[in-house]
Order: sequence, then C-alpha cells, then structure tokens
Amino acid sequence: MNKENKKTNSQLASVWRSLRRNRMAMLGLVILVLLALMAIFADFIAPYAYDAQDLLNARQAPSAEHIFGTDEFGRDIFSRIIYGSRLSLVVGFISVGIALVLGGFLGAVAGFYGGRLDDIIMRCMDILLAIPQVLLAIAIIASLGNGLVNLMVAVGIATIPSYARIVRASVMTIRGEEYIEAARASGTNDAKIIIKHILPNCLAPVIVQVTLGIANAILSCAALSFIGLGITPPSPEWGAMLSGARNYVLTYPYMSVFPGLAIIVTVLALNLLGDGLRDALDPKLKR
Amino acid sequence: MEEKKLLEIKDLSVTYKVEDGIVYAVNDLNLVVHNKETLGFVGETGAGKTTTAMAIMRLIPSPPGEITKGQIIFDGEDLLQKSQRQMRSILGQDISMIFQDPMTSLNPAMTVGDQIVEMLLLHKSVNKKQAWEEACQMLELVGIKRERAKDYPHQFSGGMKQRVVIAIALACSPKLIIADEPTTALDVTIQAQVMDLMRDLKHKLGTSMILITHDLGIVAEICDKVAIMYAGGVVEYASKEKLYNEPAHPYTKGLFNSIPKLDVDEEWLEEIDGLPPEPTEVIPGCAFSPRCSKCMEICKQKKPGITYLDDDHYVRCFLYEKQAEGGAAE
Amino acid sequence: MLKYIGKRLLYLILVLLGVSFIVFTLLYISPGNPAKIILGEAATPEALAALEEQLGLNDPFLVRYFNYLKGIVFELDLGTSYNTGRAVLDEILAVFPNTVTLAASAIVIAVMVGVTLGIISAVKQYSIIDNLVMVFALIGTSVPIFWLGIMMIVLFSVKLHLLPPSGYGTFAQMIMPAVALGLQSTAMIARMTRSSMLEVIRMDYVKTARAKGQKEIVVIMKHVFRNALIPIITVVGLQFGQLLGGAMLTEMVFSIPGLGRLIIDSISMRDYPVVQGGVLFVATCFSLVNLVVDLLYAVVDPKITKS
Repeated sequence: MNKENKKTNSQLASVWRSLRRNRMAMLGLVILVLLALMAIFADFIAPYAYDAQDLLNARQAPSAEHIFGTDEFGRDIFSRIIYGSRLSLVVGFISVGIALVLGGFLGAVAGFYGGRLDDIIMRCMDILLAIPQVLLAIAIIASLGNGLVNLMVAVGIATIPSYARIVRASVMTIRGEEYIEAARASGTNDAKIIIKHILPNCLAPVIVQVTLGIANAILSCAALSFIGLGITPPSPEWGAMLSGARNYVLTYPYMSVFPGLAIIVTVLALNLLGDGLRDALDPKLKR
Repeated sequence: MEEKKLLEIKDLSVTYKVEDGIVYAVNDLNLVVHNKETLGFVGETGAGKTTTAMAIMRLIPSPPGEITKGQIIFDGEDLLQKSQRQMRSILGQDISMIFQDPMTSLNPAMTVGDQIVEMLLLHKSVNKKQAWEEACQMLELVGIKRERAKDYPHQFSGGMKQRVVIAIALACSPKLIIADEPTTALDVTIQAQVMDLMRDLKHKLGTSMILITHDLGIVAEICDKVAIMYAGGVVEYASKEKLYNEPAHPYTKGLFNSIPKLDVDEEWLEEIDGLPPEPTEVIPGCAFSPRCSKCMEICKQKKPGITYLDDDHYVRCFLYEKQAEGGAAE
Repeated sequence: MLKYIGKRLLYLILVLLGVSFIVFTLLYISPGNPAKIILGEAATPEALAALEEQLGLNDPFLVRYFNYLKGIVFELDLGTSYNTGRAVLDEILAVFPNTVTLAASAIVIAVMVGVTLGIISAVKQYSIIDNLVMVFALIGTSVPIFWLGIMMIVLFSVKLHLLPPSGYGTFAQMIMPAVALGLQSTAMIARMTRSSMLEVIRMDYVKTARAKGQKEIVVIMKHVFRNALIPIITVVGLQFGQLLGGAMLTEMVFSIPGLGRLIIDSISMRDYPVVQGGVLFVATCFSLVNLVVDLLYAVVDPKITKS
C-alpha cells in the first residue's frame, strides 16, 4: 500500500512538473486561484453590496465610482460580478460533483461487472445522450422549478453520461490487469477492489473531464439563467445579469459587456487548465 | 559500365533542432553507390541511417531538420540544388523508398491498386485504365493475385503488405531503391521470402539499392558493398568481401565479434563496451573513441579523416591514418 | 449494410421510447394542474373536475403514459397545446424550418471554416498562424453563445447599423444568428481537425506518398485529411447536438420564432404537451443525425464495410 502511495506521489510530482512548464495552463490556474480568492473575500473586495439599489444613479456608464457602471436599479455591476463569482464557482463545482458521483458510480459498476448490468446502464446513458445537454437540463429544471439547487441538479444529471462513459472505459481497461485478478483471487470484496484499486487508476481522464466539465457547467448554468430558468434576478448570477441587461441592449449595451467577460475569463481559465492537465496526464501526447 | 557512379554523397551533415539543443544526426557522411549495386547500410538504431535516406529524398521535415552541409550527387546532378518541383519528378520515378513497417506504410483508406495507380499516374503518361492494368501486373510481379487490387491494406497480412509496398516502389522502374529495414517488422519465415523477392526483382529490373539494416546476415546474403555507420557518420566503407575478411575499424570488428559464429564454439559473445553517444552530445574527437579499446590520445582531440586502404575500401580511424602517413603526406 | 441500418433504426426506436418515458415522467412530476392552466385560476371546481376527467388526468401514471405513446405511434399525435388548442405537432412543424435553417447554416459555416483552419494549423504547426488559430479556438469554446449574440447586435446593429438586430427570414437577418451559433462549433471542429491531422501527418504512409513524388497539397488532402476524417466526423455529429441546444439560446437572443423559443415559451406558460413534444422531436432529430454520422463512418473507413 505504501509503495502504491509513493508511486502515486511521484506520478503527481511529474504531472505537476510538466504542468508547470505549460505557460497557458499556469495562466489558467492563476486566474482560477484569483477567482476563488475573489469569491471567498467578496465582502472585502466589493465596493458595494450586490443588492444595494441607487435608483438615482441607474444605468450609469463606467466611471471612477462604478468602474463597470450600474444596472437598471443603480446597483454596482462590478460588485455584482464579484459576488456572482461565488454562484458560478459553486454551481460549477457542485453540479459536476453530482454528475461525477452518480456517473462515476454507474460507470464503475457497468465497467466492473460487464454483461447485462453494463448493457442496461449504458442503454440508459444512451437515452440521456439522445437529448442535447442544454435541452435535457432545461426539461429537468422545467419539471423541478427554478432555483439554485434545482439548477445544479439539472445540469448535474444532464452531464452524467460523460462521466459514466469515461469511468467505464478506464475501468474496463484496468479490470483485466493481473493485480486486480490477484486481489480478487485473495478474496477481497468487489467494492473494496473498485474503490482501492480501480478508481485511483481512472483518475487521470476523470480529472481532465472534471476540469473541462466545470467550465461546461458554468456555461450551461449561465445559459439557463439567461433564459430565465435556474437562478433568477436579483441574484447576481452572471447569466441572470445578462438576462436583465438584454432589455437595455439597444440603449445601454455596456450592461451586457462585463458579466459576459466574467463568464469568458472563468471558462477560459478552466479550459486552459483542463488542456494542460490532459497534456500532462496523457503520456501519449507528450512529444 | 558496372562501375559507373549512380549516387555519391559528399560530406553530408544533417541537424535537428529540439528543445534541449541541436541533434547532430548525420556528420560528414561520404559514400558511393554504383549502378546496379546493392549497398548495405549498417548501424545501430539512431546511427542516422534513416535520416541519411530521408536526406537523399529531400524529405527531412524542415523545421526542425536541416541539411547543413554537403552534396548528394545523383546521376551527375546535385539533388540539394534541385527545386521542390524538380525533386518531385525524381522521387518515385528515379528514386523510390520502401519503409520499415508495412503495417503503417500503406494508406488504410485506399485500395492497394489505387496506391500503385497513384504512383504510375504521377510519373508515366498513361490513362487511368492503363495505369490500373499496369498496377495489376505489378501486383502479379510481386506474387499477389490481380483480383486483390481492389482490396484495402487491412485485408492483407504483413508480408503481403510489404509485397504491395515493393510493388509501389518498383512501379516506375526507378534507378535507385532505398529500403529501410524492409523485413524487420516481419516474421522470420516471411523475411526470407521478401528478401528473395527483392533480390530477384532488383536483378530483373537492373536497379541499384541501398539496404538499411542492422542485420549483418542479410548484408552477407545480398549486398555488394557495405557502409558501417556510427553516430551519424560512415566509419568504414568496403566491398562485402573485404569487409567480412579484413574489417579495419575497431567498431566494425566489434560488430563482427558480437555475432555468433557457427564454426567456433563460443560461450560468450563479445560485446562493445558502453553505449553510443547521446545525439545532442558534441564529441571533439572520434565519436567512437569513448568506447574504443584502441583509443589513442589524438582520437579524443581530432576527428579522423578518410583513409583509403584500397580503391573501394575506406575507413575513418587514426590507426590507419598513421600507417598511411609514412607513404602519403598528411 | 442494410441489416446494419435496420438494426440501428430498431435501436433508435428503443432509445426514443426511453426518451419519451423520461420526458413524460419529468413533466408528470412537475408542479401545476393542467386543468387549472387551461381554464385559468377563476374556473369552478366542477369545470376543473370535468376537464381533468376529459384529459385523463385522474388515470394512473402508466395508463397516461401508454395513452400518450399510443397517440404518437398510431396517429402521430403529440397531444394538444394547452395554450393554443392546436395539435402540438403542427405547432412544432410551423417553427421547425426556422430552427433547421439556423442550425444548418451554422454547421455549414462551422465545418467549412473549422476544417480549413484546422488543416492550415496542422500543416503549419507551431507557426504564427497555428498559434492564432489555437487562440481563436480556445476563446471560441469559452464564449457563451447568448453573450456573443448580444455583442454582435450591439456592434453590427446598434453601432454600425449594418444588420437588423432581430427577426428571421431575410438573408441579412440570418447572418448574425448563424455566425453566433456556429462560432463555438467552428472552434471545436478546428481543434479536432488539427489534432486529428497531426496524428496522421507523421504516419509512414504519408512519407510513402511524399516519396512517390506527390504534390504536398495532394498528400495533405488525399492521404492525411482523408484518414483524419473519422474523429472530425464524430465531432461534427456531436456539434450538431450542441447546435440544437445552442439554437434555443440564439433564438432567444435574436427573437427568432423557432423550436427552441417555442419550448422555452411553453415552459413559462406551463404548456407541457408542447414541451414534451418539442423535446421528443429534438431528440429524434439528434438521434437521426447520429445515425447518419455512424453510416458515414462506414463510407469513410473501409475497415467497417469490407470486413
């Protein structure tokens, strides 16, 4: 066991080394850390409260007082974007967490046992995959009703198949390895084998998928909120802010600019990191 | 006529730029291939055999590769002075190549017939129908039924694929074939068949051939001349007989000592100590000096020049440069 | 081949059956009483009860589901809109052409631009062009469609007065939605084309082709691109699903009367039969596209048909 730990550690070290040499990936990581700090210390960074209305100063263009301007209720857009990072990050992580736990479980079971069970699980995944992701999320949230939790559940469920497939594929390649056979022969129970031996070995593709998946989830959540499903105004969710700003596109376009940029920067950072991780974790692509 | 030079390489150097520096893949390489002759090109993996072949065909990917020096005189003209377009009419037509792994050297999305046709249409003034007919004839020549021209590569075995590759290479009756370890990827029994086929066709078509290999057995069987390569340069060049009977360079001697002999009952095969140099390493003296049992002081400081032991036998080694010093100056 | 298609069609029907079940269940558990939605809050309890009976709302879940299925299978009946009283299928078919033209023009743009950029990028690996394309691809995959649409309206309609900000039908009205919708797919396709080409470009058979004296452009198209096609086709197929989803957002931004907007508007009006039918319809289209993609594999990869 100790040996295995050491092996994992040195692998992590080599992944980190190759990641550190990837300038784009490091840029993504730095941006993400900054975003996380911004979300955590929003109360100290934001110049205004996210819901502080000032109707006399509504729809102001960017100025020294309001560097991103104000919205239709005179709320400071900069402050709202800072608070919004909390929502986006939470929604991204939790919805991916939901998808990962459910999809990972289904994929691991399907890949490990194979046969009938595998068939049934993967056919169900095919059914979910037959509906475009955004539409599936929309259908789910239409059924559950609006709200932060429902939004995360909807996006999470809609993305289950990607995780199930990835975990299943890695489990299937590892299942036949000798050390698994050995563990089986010595009477270790299946759950233990899956958790102790198989899942750690699926880590590489899963980490990459999770990173890119969070980016995807943030985009989906913003899209749903923009449509008016999910998080609704006055919450400072970036997609919801855009939804509100849409009514003023023709007159006060800057209201739409900054929430969108916030989404792009966050998603871009995650994509950069995800790509870097893929290169670092996949020795096939190394030159 | 037999002795007319078809290909002469003079002082060829090729480098690759990589992250950690510059790889000196080929350094001051000299060799000659005469008409209708088969030259064995022998050396360890990474000695620069394939790079030399790619340089002759001007197919070194650039960047990162670059031919930094030298001349490649083919049929009296320097290939390094040719334009891309001129090169394209020489490739396939006058020089063609057989790659190492038949599994990967055929396009999986084209029928084998079409792949031969492509070659014919490029270099011969024939229409598609005539080309197809010729392609079928080529397949028969290499021992494949003409009906199989419409099949895709994955429907052939490894040995059969290599026959197809040979058919493509010979389709336009080139003057020179470069075969890069054409049998290494094949089963031993198939190897012999493919080698026999290549030898027969070579005789029939009167082609010259450069055979890249690390198998001295194959060299003994079909080559006329042999060039021994080490760390990007030819260290010894001779006719097969001379090389096998009186190997001169310490590396060549080492190579022969590492093959089992049938007539001697040996317990251990001798091996050459050490490993070939890293390709990015710059060695001021002879590249073989760190591993050489006869290494002298001068070997570590200067690169040895070419010493002719005979008209068709040269060696790059100070041992012989010294001996020759008495007769000729320098 | 025909047997294969038949098998795939059969499987497709099973999948769609599953989809219909999921969609039906989702809307079954959703809040709100359809009778109330149709009659409004002021309806008398008697009228509500009568309508509930008429709609079969008092039947058990499975009975209702099978009745729904029966309608689809035997009469192509996806139900009746609560809102307009028209057949759901008619509602869908009325707006579907707009969504199709939007998605189709977006995918055409995406494939043409994406594949071209990907090829250039792979051939000129590590050059300035390659870097620019990769930066474009990275940003392209990170931009939300709806925001891009809004920004395009601001720039081209509000500031430059070049294109109409909304509506659908004329060519000018179609440009912005198609480009906005296609951008993400363009980026994805460019990336996939590049990496797939790079995988093939080092293959020995590409060297064989060059050694034949073949022109570089022919080598790239006939030997490299042809063999890089499978992953590209896969990503195009996947993008089509993305596009159908993205089309909903685009339709919202540009006020295009399409299927996406119909579904979203129906959700806000609790017009569940339309939502159900719409989702089922989109899933059917998507599955058919995937089927076509799988058949394309067979055309592109001789290993599938010939063995």
